[in-house]
Amino acid sequence: MINLEFIINTLSLGSLYAMLALGLVIVYGILRLVNFAYGELVMVGGYTMYLATFYTPLPWLGVAVLAVLAAMLTSLFTELVAFRPVREKSLTAMLITSFAVSTLLQNGALLIISPRARAVTLPQIFQTSVMIAGTSVPWRNILIILTCILTLTVLTLLLRRTVLGIALRAAADNFTMTRMLGVPANTVISTAFAISGIMAGIVSIFWIGRSASVTPTIGAAPLLVAFVATVIGGMRSLTGAVVGGFVYAIIISLLGVILPPGLVEFREAFMFAIVIIILVFRPEGLIRSKSSEERVG
Amino acid sequence: MNLAARLKPFNTPLTLVAVVLVIALLTQLVGISLLTRIVTVMFVSIILVLGLQLYMGNSGILNFAHIGFMGIGAYTAVLFSMTPEAKVLTNSDLYLFLVPLHLPFLPSLLIGGLVAALFAALISYPLMRLSDAAAVITSFALLVIIHVVLLHWDRVSNGPRTLFGVDNYTTLWVSVVFAVITIFVVYFFKESRIGLRLRASRDDRYAAASIGINMVVMRWLAFIVSAFIAGVGGGLWAHFITSFTPYSFYLNETFVVLAMLVIGGPYSVSGAVVGTLLVTATREVLRGIENQVNIMQIFPEGFFGFTEVVLAVVLILILIYRPTGIMGNRELRWPRRRNQAAPAETTEPEG
Repeated sequence: MINLEFIINTLSLGSLYAMLALGLVIVYGILRLVNFAYGELVMVGGYTMYLATFYTPLPWLGVAVLAVLAAMLTSLFTELVAFRPVREKSLTAMLITSFAVSTLLQNGALLIISPRARAVTLPQIFQTSVMIAGTSVPWRNILIILTCILTLTVLTLLLRRTVLGIALRAAADNFTMTRMLGVPANTVISTAFAISGIMAGIVSIFWIGRSASVTPTIGAAPLLVAFVATVIGGMRSLTGAVVGGFVYAIIISLLGVILPPGLVEFREAFMFAIVIIILVFRPEGLIRSKSSEERVG
Repeated sequence: MNLAARLKPFNTPLTLVAVVLVIALLTQLVGISLLTRIVTVMFVSIILVLGLQLYMGNSGILNFAHIGFMGIGAYTAVLFSMTPEAKVLTNSDLYLFLVPLHLPFLPSLLIGGLVAALFAALISYPLMRLSDAAAVITSFALLVIIHVVLLHWDRVSNGPRTLFGVDNYTTLWVSVVFAVITIFVVYFFKESRIGLRLRASRDDRYAAASIGINMVVMRWLAFIVSAFIAGVGGGLWAHFITSFTPYSFYLNETFVVLAMLVIGGPYSVSGAVVGTLLVTATREVLRGIENQVNIMQIFPEGFFGFTEVVLAVVLILILIYRPTGIMGNRELRWPRRRNQAAPAETTEPEG
């Protein structure tokens, strides 16, 4: 049951989920906004890949870059036209806005492209496997792990070594104070949304890579994963998001093995029950940040 | 005390009831079956949106789980109202002890509401301590959990397959009666001691706590009443639509109900009613356009999602330019105070 294959699969799943969670948390940390439209960025990435392979002669790598760019631009655009105007009003207004943006993007895809699934062509490497220590491991899983390591390294350098990155981390700790020190709010928030979009774009390449097709509703599943992972890890900490992604992957893989067959399909319900329990009893998640969620009573 | 003064506290609910009755009478007079169907669904929506307003408006907390409770109410009510033969026909895997249960429509409906309320009462107490993002995520998690359970508990819900063969009990006037009752319940909840305390704690948590208001308990009570209304609304909806799946009680429906409440104004009972009326009307017009375009076959892949796109844009615009909705904090009132408080016609809200 728990062998090398299981470990590599779980690791690659964890890498994917960690990147997903990171994209959600980077916006949440600054704005306290749980972005319901985050899953739709994965969908945008998927449709970009479909359109780019269909209408342009670009090689696959170019297509992948386009997908990431499209997700990033969509993220920036939604921030500019929808979130920025309601930002000062109330958290509830912002949350409902994100729900509306999610519906808008989803039905936009339905309207402009098609309700039916669209096939996305994938390079050969996504279908082949390699033998490691006697077990066959899909290249896709190895690619995910490598991409995750690369992405996390670049992001860490960005956040620690650049002025913008430091401002971003400061804003996540105390946004009001950061603004008082002369950091422009719009720049910081736009950067956060850009990073969030890039993460969703990268994830979309591999997420679409599993089914090789894209539908308007494909964003729901990654959104739910990102929710759970961030709550487990701690909504306020970037490290927490990464840890949460891996913990989620481990729990979901183990539940698949441990639960009796009749209950496996209730896995998601178990995951969300864990979410509720964590939020009630340990709202700061696994990785404690400086301040925790507001609560009453 | 003369009659007018005595009726003053009833001004708003009676005005809203008058709106509902006028619409129902006009629909009855016109007598087109399509219109009757639309208006019946609209009255059921009014019930659901009012139920959401009861919790969201008074506590100020966004609640995504509402439609989940609607689903619980719908499935429970149907289990009681359907004949054993019909139940076995639609779901041959049904638990044996559930098969012989059979009650008239009204008790079934109430049991649906009670089960939803009971479930809410049992699980929600610790959740009421949470605010802001944590509260939103937990309510969202609750919706997902209810959905997953309905989707996979084949022996109760028929799983992802359509549950069919429900009797059509929800006529236009049944929905009117329940909408009228709900208007009174929700309005007087808002004005009750619980409602006042809850609104006080919404506006200033610390001031409310300092005068001895137990915010968690107030929220909890509101949540239970809200779940009960959602459950009854779900039962009514189920007995109108007569066949459905767990997907009927998920994100799409949540979006519609939230849009209705937020566009109308979440802090006002009248807002819930006005929002439902406006959004229903808009949706039907847009759907008409969508169907027409599909019939003309302009687009090879069909023309879907137009209604939702427009609705989402309207919702975002409302949030940007009028974040408290059309009604804001105001309630509809029959304008001339000295007149009798049983108006035949009402004014449309401005804006």
